[in-house]
Amino acid sequence: MNENLKIIGKISSINGSVIKVKGFSHQSVGDMVNISEELNITGEIIKIIDNIAVIQCYEETLGLKLNAIVTNLQYPLSMELGPGLLNSIYDGIQRPLETIAEITGDFISGGLKINALDRKKKWKFIPTVKKGTVVSRGDIIGYVQEFSLHHEIMVPKGVSGTIIEISEGNFNILDTICSIKNKNKIKNYDQKLLSKWPIRIPRPYHKRLMPDRPLITGTRVFDLLFPVAIGGVVAVPGGFGTGKTVVQHSLAKFADADVIVYIGCGERGNEMADLLNSFPKLVDPKNNRPLMERTIMIANTSNMPVSAREASIFSGITMAEYFRDMGKDVLLLADSTSRWAEALRELSGRLEEMPTEGGYPAYLATRLANFYERAGLIEIVGSPKRIGSITIIGAVSPGGGDFSEPVTTNTKRFVKAFWALDPNLAYARHYPSVNWNNSYSLYDNLAEFWEENIHKGWEEYRKAINYILSREGELENIAKLIGPENLPPDQQLILYTANLIKEGFLIQNGFNDNDRYSSPQKTMKLISLFLKYYNESLSLIRQNVPFFRFKELEVINSIRRARLDVSNDNLDELDLLDLMLSRDLLQIHRQYAELL
Amino acid sequence: MSLIYKNLTTVKDPLLYLKPIQHHNIKNGSIVRIKTEEGLRTGQVLSVSHEVVVIQVIEGTFGIGVGTDETEITFLDETYLVGVSREMIGRRFNGMGLPIDGGAPILPEEMRRIEGEPINPTRRAYPRDVIQTGISLFDGLNTLIRGQKLPIFTGQGLPHNKLIAQIVNNAKVRTNEPFVTIFCGIGILAESALYFQNKFEERGTTRLISFINLASDPTIERLIVPKIALTTAEFLAFKHDMHVLIILSDMTSYAEALREVSNIKGEIPARKGFPGYMYSDLASIYERAGRIRGKKGSITQIPVVTMPNDDISHPIPDLTGYITEGQIVLSREFHQKGIFPPIYPLASLSRLMKDAIGEGSTREDHSDVASQLYAAYNNFLQIKELESIIGSDSITLVDKKYLKFGELFENYFTNQGETERSFEETLNIAWNILGEIGKGELVRIKKEYIKKYFVEKRSN
Ligand SMILES: Nc1ncnc2c1ncn2[C@@H]1O[C@H](COP(=O)(O)OP(=O)(O)OP(=O)(O)O)[C@@H](O)[C@H]1O
Ligand SMILES: [Mg+2]
Repeated sequence: MNENLKIIGKISSINGSVIKVKGFSHQSVGDMVNISEELNITGEIIKIIDNIAVIQCYEETLGLKLNAIVTNLQYPLSMELGPGLLNSIYDGIQRPLETIAEITGDFISGGLKINALDRKKKWKFIPTVKKGTVVSRGDIIGYVQEFSLHHEIMVPKGVSGTIIEISEGNFNILDTICSIKNKNKIKNYDQKLLSKWPIRIPRPYHKRLMPDRPLITGTRVFDLLFPVAIGGVVAVPGGFGTGKTVVQHSLAKFADADVIVYIGCGERGNEMADLLNSFPKLVDPKNNRPLMERTIMIANTSNMPVSAREASIFSGITMAEYFRDMGKDVLLLADSTSRWAEALRELSGRLEEMPTEGGYPAYLATRLANFYERAGLIEIVGSPKRIGSITIIGAVSPGGGDFSEPVTTNTKRFVKAFWALDPNLAYARHYPSVNWNNSYSLYDNLAEFWEENIHKGWEEYRKAINYILSREGELENIAKLIGPENLPPDQQLILYTANLIKEGFLIQNGFNDNDRYSSPQKTMKLISLFLKYYNESLSLIRQNVPFFRFKELEVINSIRRARLDVSNDNLDELDLLDLMLSRDLLQIHRQYAELL
Repeated sequence: MSLIYKNLTTVKDPLLYLKPIQHHNIKNGSIVRIKTEEGLRTGQVLSVSHEVVVIQVIEGTFGIGVGTDETEITFLDETYLVGVSREMIGRRFNGMGLPIDGGAPILPEEMRRIEGEPINPTRRAYPRDVIQTGISLFDGLNTLIRGQKLPIFTGQGLPHNKLIAQIVNNAKVRTNEPFVTIFCGIGILAESALYFQNKFEERGTTRLISFINLASDPTIERLIVPKIALTTAEFLAFKHDMHVLIILSDMTSYAEALREVSNIKGEIPARKGFPGYMYSDLASIYERAGRIRGKKGSITQIPVVTMPNDDISHPIPDLTGYITEGQIVLSREFHQKGIFPPIYPLASLSRLMKDAIGEGSTREDHSDVASQLYAAYNNFLQIKELESIIGSDSITLVDKKYLKFGELFENYFTNQGETERSFEETLNIAWNILGEIGKGELVRIKKEYIKKYFVEKRSN
């Protein structure tokens, strides 16, 4: 940039991560700035009042001086998009943490400006359109193989015309791969592998579709009772230690998606280390490749700058939209959206804005909507015609575990499934501690897909479990008063089966090799065992067989342990258990045949 | 370059406000010397603008004169640094890091900023080595891992000081690697300080560093002392390959100091008057625990948090629980029953223990035994509740065995008093009391371990 054209101002106020700058000749909200020629801190203009720019700084402002020079860079905070995103780990504003470590060592120090994507690495570009093709915004012109993903290269916004040159070859992300004779413009457009997109603006799409396919999570309680659709939105609220992070981690590992964007938003460093540690050891069952190859991680831990935390979820969703536009199914996990909301609150406090409930700014709901509304099942702009999706699963950490606080209540307005985690279940080590009374899923249109493409009986099983669990809820208090033995036998069976279902089905050990991922087949076979036990015992009880006989069944202990003992590759063992159960029940039937 | 001012306008203890000269490039966070009639004090710039500079005075503002030439304020160009050295091991310091044990001043090997810098998440090593505290409820059920932050949630009048002293005196890494404990007292009573000093001296203090900020010391010091202690810990752990265990007692005093300053600054509070940034602020302390890839040392934290009114959902324990990797919760009920340490198993959890225990570190059966103990105790509580309703005559034989087990769990396994137990001893005691409920009930333990360790009871 020409020195004389630089737009500069001077710091007139420093208050935590918010500074004020006087003297810009030219400025807009959203402009990025470089703060202090000595410290080189990155910031963003968030307000302009009487020509004074109010700026949020993406780094620590300790050591920053009054009157220091600030340069307006005049472009918005944007993500670099292109080959090289997968298998990366970034901070909240897309600085690659591995590269930072190479420069500043084990600890992160400020003042670093690093490109998100490697400029030198060569990628093999394979065109899918020919010279002479007329293209416009969103059209796919070719792809790069990035691990096992077809990384589609798309024509950017504002370009349309005829391809005058395109060739296969090895390119770095700044090389020209294709020239387009731009309509109404004199200069040809030189397309590169790299593109950019501002994080606060949603990428446009053609049409929103109704989500109607389930996203298989591999966690039984979700897949069967509280399902999420591909393109859906879920909140996972729960007090500390209730298991939000374990849920998010297990979805990152096992959910059936093409690309995972995991945002560690103001959470623990050791948890990110845990993920980074376990990912290389786990493979994607679809293609036997390390899981990290389908993953982008953002790690802006609780002790990293709070403004970058605020940006992190928008950074994440922008990268997710980029892959969505290629026609991929993207799963975005944000742990925790409450920490993001707190970052917003902290910045708002420094701006001396009028607070509402809990100290949060009045625009909390709007910002939450800005984020969640970027999920969905989408028909993409451009050709070939394609459908992509973003599913968002956001953890919520309510203060004191109280779901009536503003972040939880506002989030509830924008999500269609709510996985409420319960400290009492967590205390009893019932994980995932999903409370079946407070949780819900409005994705009730998935039955058809399940029945036709995955497994029969989904709807029926759901109804049956719901019945047993709700009956148990009603009977529990009476049982406590008079002792369970004094209930009528059919009610004793309800209580007994409900406990079996909890222990043998709903509980899922996130750290056991056989249990942590349950294929839809395993899930369905497992639950069918419990329901068969219930239904057949009930009909015998109705014929006056005493209840204790069903408690004594030997096979019950094996069924109860089956989730741990039977791996997804050995489901025959569940069929065997099914046979044994039938045999045992038949035996009882025979013994009492004379009575009946 | 230092800038000198005499135009102090406002004093709101512990803050000073003055209007700077426009072209003075005052540095955010820089150190300020305040000359008063009585002598020199130290402050730090909290925020700065052309209209007003806000200075926080460490020793407090009592007696600082406004409108007098006597008060002279000098802005230095530097931010707060503290000297660290291996010589500090075995010594005792006040809240500002100055020796209070009568010994010679410390010759710093290095000067460091007390705020520290965040560990790059990609450089963290996942913690998976244990520390033996000698306490069964820790070691057996909630194992402490090197690089973990595991707070003790306690209440007024509970014996947490005794527990802390016991941990400090008995904690071991069980290898030959250097192991240092740092005790950081934040707003503690003079009598408690004396108690700790005496207790620590029983075992010798050659591997101990103490930093003591007393309840009567300046409030601002409470915000500084943990940072000095952690800066020292980082130096020892990541520069000199030591395992450092740091006790922060009590973080409730820290949080209250934070609230005090925030309220004086007129900031908008979030919950119960605590500032909205308290989560981030606490995290900047707790997240300084950890391990780093390729480095031998580690920093393990045990923060003590007093729950106001025993309320675990109070913002201080709540936000702490949201940052730390589990919690150890003390129970008033256990304390009243005479159980020491009164650690309540159901609410306590060590989140990092799962990958760290077992063969080669503690013992092969550890994980199964812990899970069985937990389940059995949980079962015991339910049976006890049932018994209180329907009477002990109507409960089954198996249930009676659980009642026996539960009684032993509380009064023998938990209630170990001041004895020290190794991992093996803890696990052996566990098998002993599990013997009460009989083999058939041990569904969480692998058959081979049952064969190897089960202790038959004659009564069965
Ligand atoms: N599915 C599971 N299987 C086994 N243990 C689990 C499971 N889910 C949670 N846990 C246990 O609970 C602990 C806490 O879980 P997690 O870290 O997910 O809580 P969290 O809700 O994210 O808490 P915070 O809000 O403090 O981050 C885990 O360390 C683990 O010990
Ligand atoms: Mg978590």
